Amino acid sequence: MRRISRMSRLAVLGSAALVLLTGCLGSSDSDSGDQDANRNADAKTVELTIGSNSVKGGKNSAGATWTQDVLIPKFVEAQKAKGVDVTVKFQGDGSDDEVYKQKLSLDLSNKSGPDLINIDGIWVGEFAQAGYIKPLTDTVGDAAKVDGWDGWTQIPESVQQLGMFDGKRYGVPGGSDGRVLYFNKKLFTQAGLPADWQPQSWDDITKAAQALKKLPGVTPVQINAGTAMGEATTMQGVLPLLVGTGATINTDGKWLGNSTQIRQVLDFYKSIYGGGLGDPVLQREAKGRDKSFAEFAANKIGILLEGDYFWRSVVEPKEGVAKMADRDTAVGYALIPASKPGGGIKGQNFVSMSGGGAVAINPNTKFPQQAWELLQFMNSAEMVESSLDGAAKITQRTDVNAKVLAGDPMLNFVATKVLPITQYRPGLAEYPKISAALQQATADVVGGKSTDAAAKTYETAVEAAAGSKDKVTSN
Amino acid sequence: MKPARVRGPAQDVAGLGVTRALGFLAPALLLIGAFLVFPAIWTIYIGITNYRLTGLEAASPSIVGLSNYTKALNDALFHNALWLTLLFVLGSAIIGQNILGFALAWTMRRARPAVRRTVEALVLLAWILPSTVVAYLWIAFFDRDTGTLNSILGTQGTAWLIDYPMVCLILFNTWRGTAFSMMLYSSALQAVPPSQLESARMVGASGWQTLRDVVFPHIRGHVLTNTLLISLWTANDFSPFLLTKGGPNHESETVPVYIYNVALQGGELGYSSAISFLLLLVNLLVALLYLRLLRKRS
Repeated sequence: MRRISRMSRLAVLGSAALVLLTGCLGSSDSDSGDQDANRNADAKTVELTIGSNSVKGGKNSAGATWTQDVLIPKFVEAQKAKGVDVTVKFQGDGSDDEVYKQKLSLDLSNKSGPDLINIDGIWVGEFAQAGYIKPLTDTVGDAAKVDGWDGWTQIPESVQQLGMFDGKRYGVPGGSDGRVLYFNKKLFTQAGLPADWQPQSWDDITKAAQALKKLPGVTPVQINAGTAMGEATTMQGVLPLLVGTGATINTDGKWLGNSTQIRQVLDFYKSIYGGGLGDPVLQREAKGRDKSFAEFAANKIGILLEGDYFWRSVVEPKEGVAKMADRDTAVGYALIPASKPGGGIKGQNFVSMSGGGAVAINPNTKFPQQAWELLQFMNSAEMVESSLDGAAKITQRTDVNAKVLAGDPMLNFVATKVLPITQYRPGLAEYPKISAALQQATADVVGGKSTDAAAKTYETAVEAAAGSKDKVTSN
Repeated sequence: MKPARVRGPAQDVAGLGVTRALGFLAPALLLIGAFLVFPAIWTIYIGITNYRLTGLEAASPSIVGLSNYTKALNDALFHNALWLTLLFVLGSAIIGQNILGFALAWTMRRARPAVRRTVEALVLLAWILPSTVVAYLWIAFFDRDTGTLNSILGTQGTAWLIDYPMVCLILFNTWRGTAFSMMLYSSALQAVPPSQLESARMVGASGWQTLRDVVFPHIRGHVLTNTLLISLWTANDFSPFLLTKGGPNHESETVPVYIYNVALQGGELGYSSAISFLLLLVNLLVALLYLRLLRKRS
């Protein structure tokens, strides 16, 4: 008897606690708009932090070096001239993008984190919906001040989209990129393949791979697959192949489910990893992408699908994470072909995918006005140009691009040949879940499942992510 | 177990009075409340919502009742995680650490002190090193290209962590956790009266017979305690994540790793809380069973 009453007392206490907790989660109504955008606007001592997934001597080393050695000192100096004592800290990370995103989401959900945050363009939607970032006009509080910034006129509309959601600007984009097929010219010569290789179809890739297979200790081709690589699988694998079949992942608001095109892509994966042309184990390893970089640099991979990031930050001779001293002569690059000539999206022969990041202001910053000043400063023509430091990168600013493009053949190639034919990912909040489903589908195929089985599982995941069957096309 | 609390001066041996007694208890109760009870209740609460790490449901989650729990019951990946956890506990704790720990304790019993101390120090080292350091060492050990294991066996190119992830994890955790069992059994073996061992030897009992009929009856309680403790620790252990991240393709995703992946990789905080609560329930059940068995023994 005594025991029962004690149990029921516990139950009552427990449910009372649950009732009290209800409504504690989330941040929707409690904090929007009630912070004064002009808080601390006149402060003489200001402290700002820049958060970025880059670190000196590691991931995106050049970017971290520039931020710490050029941007911050220059900004501090400029503010000193105005009589403001600014301290800017750099909070660098050197982890996988997914891990960086998790950390940032946790920081922002607790209303902490750096004042300026570097984020991938495709996170803007989900971060905005979660209330982790706010439209710049809200955070800065003055629409004229934000929209009147002269930098916007230099940033092309398609690039601005990277920092936008629902037609509102959440951040200033930091340039764009494009994907190509890299190949090792030394291995190509050994295998009797041309040094100016340009495949016209997926079959051409397979043929080259078969020739490379004869070289001992060489993995002919590596196309990112599996869940361990996260978004890299989607961006440097599934999506460039998918646009090569003439489809996009989202058309008119409907996601592509189990369809001919998806199965075609998965079949191509199967032919590479099931046919001994690629190394399936590498795609399943926890550190697979870094390993693929190292192996390419060590002349062990023939063909690799990567973005221009690979050229300027990975095999880059001085600061890359997998340096290749002879990069300029040894690494070739070619456009990604459609599955067959004319078979790509919009009837194209060649295809690519582009993305890019943006810098947003943490809505909970103590110094919104100063953060906006720093954001403009880092995106000024002078600063963007200095960030290049002679290296190859497609910046967000047309004026800077016009000056520096001609200097680097690879950069020029991406800007003139790739960007005109490229596609962007849909800036929809469901995208990351769809992307995860695509990664799982490739993991299944590389792991040995049949294309049909993988495509079926994919369809189920897409329907769950999209919310209903009506938002998915399958055929 | 403490006797049921009955109010009255007869119980108040120290003469503290209820208020002052509560004052003494308060710090401990506050700590338990803040770091144990509150998070547990919080987990239950999040578990009945569709709270996510990002997106709309992060800003305004809604109560979804028990649907997270029904989802878990039909989730093939959760079943997979449960099965792998069972394998992990059975292989590395109940069999691996128990047997290796006992074997070490038994053989070291009569070894020279120098040998004994060296062995104990090495085994203890595996236990006290930080997980991150240990994980790094084991990744280097199992690595496909330049791994130590491949050099020793001459099996260049075998990706142990990809091809045999669970076997690797079980080996790893056996190595990692054996120290506790070894120490517990070492002290337990001292409770076996030497005279009985001597008599067993006199009547010509074999090693196995001595173990079964003389040693084991004395340490039965210790075996029980040890097995239950290491099982609980192993079931909740997160270090597999450091070696394989649950991969490849969920092949080594034990329940704690699965919870982490669902919560942070997938962003489904609500669902992962529901699974956490299920894990908590299992833990409580095992703990209750343990207490009950202990009471029976005494």
